[in-house]
Amino acid sequence: MTKLLDLPESKHVLPGNRACAGCGIGIGLRQIIAALDGKAVMAVPASCLTVFGGMYPTSSVAVPWVNVAFPSTAAAAAGLAAGLRATGRSEEMTVLAMAGDGGTGDIGIQALSGAAERNDDFIYLCYDNEAYMNTGTQRSGLTPHGARTTTTWAGKRENPKDLPRIMEAHGIPYVASTSAVYPTDVYDKVAKARDMHGLRYIHMNTPCPSGWNFEPKDTVRIGELAVECGLVVLYEVVEGAFRLTGRSAALARRNKALTPVAEYVATQGRFRSMDEETTAEVQAWVDGRWAGYVARHAAGD
Amino acid sequence: MNESHQIAMSVPGIGEAGRTGDWRHEYPVITAEACLPVKSGRDSCQICWAHCPDNCITRGAPPIIDLYYCKGCGICVEVCPTHAIVMHPEADRTGEGS
Amino acid sequence: MTVTVLTGNDAAATAAKLARVQVVAAYPITPQSPVVEALSEWVSSGELAAEFVNVESEHSALTVCITASTVGARVFTATSANGLAYMTEQVWWAAGARLPIVMCIANRAMAAPWNVLNDQQDSMSVRDAGWVQLYCRDNQEILDTTLQAWRIAERLNVPVMVCYDGFLLSHTMMPVDVPTAEQADAFLPPRTDPLQVVDPADPRNIGPVTLADPRKDAGGVVRPGYMELRHLHHRALLEALDVIPEVDAEYGATVGRTWGGLTWEYRLEDAEVALVAAGSLTTQLTLAVDALREDGVKAGVLGIRCYRPFPVAAVRERLGGTRLAVVFDKALSYGVEGPIASDVKAALQPLGAGAPAVFGTISGLGGRDVSPDDLAAAVRRAVADLDAGVTDREPDWINLNLEAEGGTR
Repeated sequence: MTKLLDLPESKHVLPGNRACAGCGIGIGLRQIIAALDGKAVMAVPASCLTVFGGMYPTSSVAVPWVNVAFPSTAAAAAGLAAGLRATGRSEEMTVLAMAGDGGTGDIGIQALSGAAERNDDFIYLCYDNEAYMNTGTQRSGLTPHGARTTTTWAGKRENPKDLPRIMEAHGIPYVASTSAVYPTDVYDKVAKARDMHGLRYIHMNTPCPSGWNFEPKDTVRIGELAVECGLVVLYEVVEGAFRLTGRSAALARRNKALTPVAEYVATQGRFRSMDEETTAEVQAWVDGRWAGYVARHAAGD
Repeated sequence: MNESHQIAMSVPGIGEAGRTGDWRHEYPVITAEACLPVKSGRDSCQICWAHCPDNCITRGAPPIIDLYYCKGCGICVEVCPTHAIVMHPEADRTGEGS
Repeated sequence: MTVTVLTGNDAAATAAKLARVQVVAAYPITPQSPVVEALSEWVSSGELAAEFVNVESEHSALTVCITASTVGARVFTATSANGLAYMTEQVWWAAGARLPIVMCIANRAMAAPWNVLNDQQDSMSVRDAGWVQLYCRDNQEILDTTLQAWRIAERLNVPVMVCYDGFLLSHTMMPVDVPTAEQADAFLPPRTDPLQVVDPADPRNIGPVTLADPRKDAGGVVRPGYMELRHLHHRALLEALDVIPEVDAEYGATVGRTWGGLTWEYRLEDAEVALVAAGSLTTQLTLAVDALREDGVKAGVLGIRCYRPFPVAAVRERLGGTRLAVVFDKALSYGVEGPIASDVKAALQPLGAGAPAVFGTISGLGGRDVSPDDLAAAVRRAVADLDAGVTDREPDWINLNLEAEGGTR
């Protein structure tokens, strides 16, 4: 486990970019690219990250980067991998697909499922800010139950899709769940993925002050609170073997009740209209899931 | 290569969105005496550096914040374990980047 | 030089093999599937050293081609009808990104309702996107034109669509002379100098958000806005009007066959009535012309090989001396007329009073059979209309069964 002090300098994410103040993406992206030492080619669909990358003719991320159509990210990455193999350049760089939750779990899921079934050779990282943020906070399949978005004014009725579990069901060699506000967790997971082959899927929860409606200074605190509540769980599945990591592993060891979801709900404007019944539903859902993760971790499966 | 065959292909550069320091209404100040690496005299902490979304903090004792591009999000203030960073109103500031 | 008997699909696949494509994206759809099946077999046997990606949709098929081409590989895929419609977003992307992709279209009718048989609606529907579009009259032309397509594409940095009629050509066996590997290699060397740079030592961001106006880069140099880039793309399509005949001539010098460049003629020199079409129908038009000539109608064929860019100058020059052009479309721009008819009218309009009349026809939709006799009859109707003083008329639908249309359930 890499210590924070030992994280390398990230020279590739450049200041003066278009991300919102306090954007969770930037915290995670620095570690993702540092773990690849910039030797990567990114496939990026329409999303906040596209804007982060800058408007022509100047870019804000000094890594080879190919912008792609919204539904196509995983297929685009498959094409990069195939093209690099065909031209004898696979060893020069890792192929990294990086898309939002909508681009991954909704419009992009067909291409992702196909790439996983083929076990195409690239890292797919979903940065999950839990809505279509680039277009102004419309709900996605990964928006949490109870969250208000511009297309769920009364709060989303459904639970979010469990994308890491869906990817696990495809039998790919590496699936991980992390959070942008844990730099060492992000770094270690990307570094581990870098040294494997086949389709490696990493799901990175990414707090969004603009869309979740909180002060930019609280991005890290809210991301950490999500883990304390069990809404976000840090784990990895390596060749089918599950283990919790970092703070989630510590919480499981501690064997005490998690922080109540109600505390998390109270921090963000998007949950302002969430009633007690809905909060209780979410709490029950979280508790059930957490018990499952703890059991898998204990079994060392 | 035929010069008329052009595509949109950007080159990296700092400040693509301009002087993003203009976005903020308050700016962070590190109090050296309260900063852990300064107090301990060895390479330590650097938590603010690791959590800056805009890569505006350079490692050091104390770390140095780039006020030309710092957006004033305040994350560094929140994550500092010794509360060595405090936000001040932008209107009070003079000097580099002001 | 090997003469063998091939279907149109096999001719297309053979061209891809001769071109030494490096990445093939494969998704099935009738009547194109045998193209990717043949390539799959050759990749398995080692005859073709290519990455073969079995994608999960046509949108992904063209996506794989886009990004593989971005990193410098020579790529290929094929589709038809609804598959082309599904990947249409990427058809626009490939063209705007200036990637030298080659794609074969086994022309098929669009749903709804379902129909797997031939017409040209599918490729006609994407004619505006900025690809070169070439139409083939027989299986020899499919092989030769597909092989030429990579040379055209790589010279222009524009993707090329090679279209041929589904079932009529895709599944029909014809004698085809297959160039040797040496001839193909001499004509088409490996791809070099992609516009796109993918290099960690020189990191570029390809295809980013552009703004309405030109914008200065970090060095103070003004870079194009979206509109400038689109203008340059359009200019490349106009450049194709020269490049396509050049490549055809180069092919002739290496392999011994040419196909007329942009257009070709049959008995058109002294013709008063020109029959205009793209694709396999032109072969039947030559038979119709022979029959018409025996009846004293001085008819001739203008075959459209290159439909996009539209060969305006060639059309004006070849048709300028006729009194009537009868255009045979196997597609429609609903609410107006056939696409080739519209383009011919637009090309001839500046000739003013001296321009021939242009009468359109619609035939073959959804695989409706059409014979040389039907075509000749349509020409006679058009001539009769013209002689009766008609200057403009609705398209003439050939072999339409009006009783079936009006029948009660």
